[in-house]
Amino acid sequence: MSENWKEDLAESEQFDYPPDPADDFEWVPATQEVAGNMPDLPLETWQSQSSTRREFLRGVVCSGVAVSAASYLWAGNSSEARAAVRGVERLVSLNINGKNRRVDVAPNETLAHTLRYKLGLTGTKIGCNRAECGACTVLADDTTIYSCSTLTHQARGQKITTVEGVAAPDGTLHPVQQAFIDELGPQCGFCTPGQVVAAVGLLKKNPKPTEDEARRALSGNLCRCGAYDHYLKGVMRASGRA
Amino acid sequence: MTDVMHSFDLFAPASIEEAAKLLDKHGKEAWIIAGGKDSFDWFKDRHKRPSAVIDITGLKKLHGVSDKGDYIAIGALSTLSEIEESSVLKKNFPLLVEAAGRVASPQIRNAGTLGGNVAQDTRCTYYRDGFPCYRAGGNTCYANTPTAMNREHALFDAVRCVAVTPSDTGPVLVALEAEMVISRNGKTRTVSAEKFFIGPAIDITRMTVLEKGDILTEIRLPKKWAGAKQYFEKVADREAWDFALVNIAMVAKVSGGKVSDVRMACGGVQCTPRRLTNVESLMKGEKVGSEMETLAKRVAARGAKALNYNHFKIPLMGSLAARAVRSLA
Repeated sequence: MSENWKEDLAESEQFDYPPDPADDFEWVPATQEVAGNMPDLPLETWQSQSSTRREFLRGVVCSGVAVSAASYLWAGNSSEARAAVRGVERLVSLNINGKNRRVDVAPNETLAHTLRYKLGLTGTKIGCNRAECGACTVLADDTTIYSCSTLTHQARGQKITTVEGVAAPDGTLHPVQQAFIDELGPQCGFCTPGQVVAAVGLLKKNPKPTEDEARRALSGNLCRCGAYDHYLKGVMRASGRA
Repeated sequence: MTDVMHSFDLFAPASIEEAAKLLDKHGKEAWIIAGGKDSFDWFKDRHKRPSAVIDITGLKKLHGVSDKGDYIAIGALSTLSEIEESSVLKKNFPLLVEAAGRVASPQIRNAGTLGGNVAQDTRCTYYRDGFPCYRAGGNTCYANTPTAMNREHALFDAVRCVAVTPSDTGPVLVALEAEMVISRNGKTRTVSAEKFFIGPAIDITRMTVLEKGDILTEIRLPKKWAGAKQYFEKVADREAWDFALVNIAMVAKVSGGKVSDVRMACGGVQCTPRRLTNVESLMKGEKVGSEMETLAKRVAARGAKALNYNHFKIPLMGSLAARAVRSLA
């Protein structure tokens, strides 16, 4: 060890480290400018209660109800008349998994977005987001649709079933879900919610499908792991019990 | 990756009059959606950004298939699944049922409509990727250059643009001599399916006669071809989802082993569904058999001008025509 280690130490302690950018950061609430063109977002409602935007959103997800102050202004109008003349109302009521959920929906919002980011139903996956992969498949009035390519407003008045609503209320898995487990259907599992919903949709229409019919019904769902045969076996196994 | 859609006003008219008013009010900024499967991709890519989107799925009168005596009327908003399951169509026009069943995937057929399937825009990858090509209002074609990838593009009648019709039901409607009913400002007009689809020589920025303000309300299939021999086949890279490389639709009346009348149309080879008139004329009055197959195969793609990578469509067209003829035997 060098003899003048004390000097070295003193020198290193005096070393002027570059400033940490985080030290300068001072949190400020989002301004209208930062929020961009979201004129309908009632900024005051949460600012005055001194809660953060993140907490506001979390509250929305937990309660499942997003009430925008602006929506109250329109609540008196007939929604149909308004939809024809002034565009659709933002506060809509959706029937999801047998429950009515009130939610604030932008006109350009997709059903997958609403389900995942406003209602917290993250079982529905967004894969390609352009109606190609099927990970976002949900049932609308018992027919399968791609929720990533459906406007939430188009789903009003329809009974939406997501993968969360497929199992029985007591938690018993749907025969399709159980069969997929038994047949080792999922590998990475990302496409599985879509596959489950597509299979449930098939069995609702056709409880005893042939293998070709099942293959066709699942043809709108991609699986990058290539576990198609496992899923197919799962559907065939479930068809006996569904 | 896709973005969220741009922000727009969404309108949900409950009657065709209201829809017409909205279209009139918003003019060029209006955009009609039904299933929206084609539109939302445009919006997510931000290549098209209409400010007023009009969802016409609430127009109840435009749904459903009904037998009107002389013709079968299909509401333009009937989904492809409804067409697949329609007993009236299964009985009279099984080739339309088959074509509807071969479109995309079950989820798309459950939402996508017949009107949307015939009115959809081309799938040219350059155009879809937002290249400022002729069709997008620019001054060049990116799909027809020495280095362009144009495996899916046109063999016939390319005028500057080499895009093809992506529709599976289009060739069927052309073969069946369908009539398209178009409503504009409360007035309706009828256009034959053959004239409904237009090529780049007529208007390079559109695929159909539909202009802003028009609503396709109904598709009428005359009973002339009901119960005739019908054939539909689609060839695509993938069995599901994919658009046709080439598809073929044929209706034929055969009596005493001879073809008395026939109509044949191919999709995926031209900007519009292409009538194979040379095959039709060689078939009329002739005996069905292997000789007719050979001749059909030989003349089906006559006059084709291949691009860099789409030569394979020429023998493919011939083979499909021959298979259609074989189905008559």
